[in-house]
Amino acid sequence: MGIVSPGFQGRPRTQEPALPPGQYLTEDFPVLSAGPTPRVPLDTWEFVIAAENGSEHRWSWQELMALPQETPMVDIHCVTRWSKLGTNWQGVSLDTLLADVDTGAHFALAHSYGGYTTNLPLDDLRGGRAWVVHTFDGAPLPAEHGGPARLLVPHLYFWKSAKWVRGLRLKTMDEPGFWETAGYHDYGDPWREQRYQGD
Amino acid sequence: MTEMSYLDGNMLDGPMRELFTVDLSSAMGRCENCGMTGSMASLHVYSNAPGLVARCPSCEQVMLRLVRGPDRAWLDMRGTTFLQVPMPMEQPFPGPL
Repeated sequence: MGIVSPGFQGRPRTQEPALPPGQYLTEDFPVLSAGPTPRVPLDTWEFVIAAENGSEHRWSWQELMALPQETPMVDIHCVTRWSKLGTNWQGVSLDTLLADVDTGAHFALAHSYGGYTTNLPLDDLRGGRAWVVHTFDGAPLPAEHGGPARLLVPHLYFWKSAKWVRGLRLKTMDEPGFWETAGYHDYGDPWREQRYQGD
Repeated sequence: MTEMSYLDGNMLDGPMRELFTVDLSSAMGRCENCGMTGSMASLHVYSNAPGLVARCPSCEQVMLRLVRGPDRAWLDMRGTTFLQVPMPMEQPFPGPL
């Protein structure tokens, strides 16, 4: 797609109805990263859900692939103001991964290879709204975009969709993650423009 | 796909001048994780992110995070044990010496 100038007249592109307030549309897929890109071999990769009672549920790469796969097509919204519409993913619903986890926790702290963390209410990972995805546009998810697997929680700003995800720690008390301890909003709803603390 | 790159710590000087009057590029800092002490200018700064993330060049742990909102800024230096800032005596100095 060519470069189209929004021009000098008319409403800014942020007014497009499919976009949350303050966002602009991009056809590109910008790479954002807070550190070096981890390279995680598939034969040692694992995903672990640790419940608040200490019990753990683990999946190897082969076990993740053997679970029922879903193909969400979703819009994603980055807090740095770009949005990308109709992105195609493949992965496993968190409903599937949480199905056998006995927990009374209300919060989750996602953690990643490389040390990144982000917090979410556990309810936001349920109800067909969150996935662990390994495929983007029909190809294995590149490491730069969070491969082998990343969290996908498209109804929240994209910093919540942790790249290189390694697991979830379920918690009775909310524990802010990497950006949430540095000024960013605890929840991060793009439609309410919850970018920073207090928004 | 290109590897995620970083900038050197000299790029922190401008953003940090919004907060402090010190010249950060001439300051030394100690990494809380590995103990290495070095020039803040030598940090690896990842700027393609919601904020600036400066990492120790030795152990890659986060030493400094700076988030700039439209009307506020957040500085987290829990990964830095101390900053050593050049402060020659001949400069006007208001402190108790």
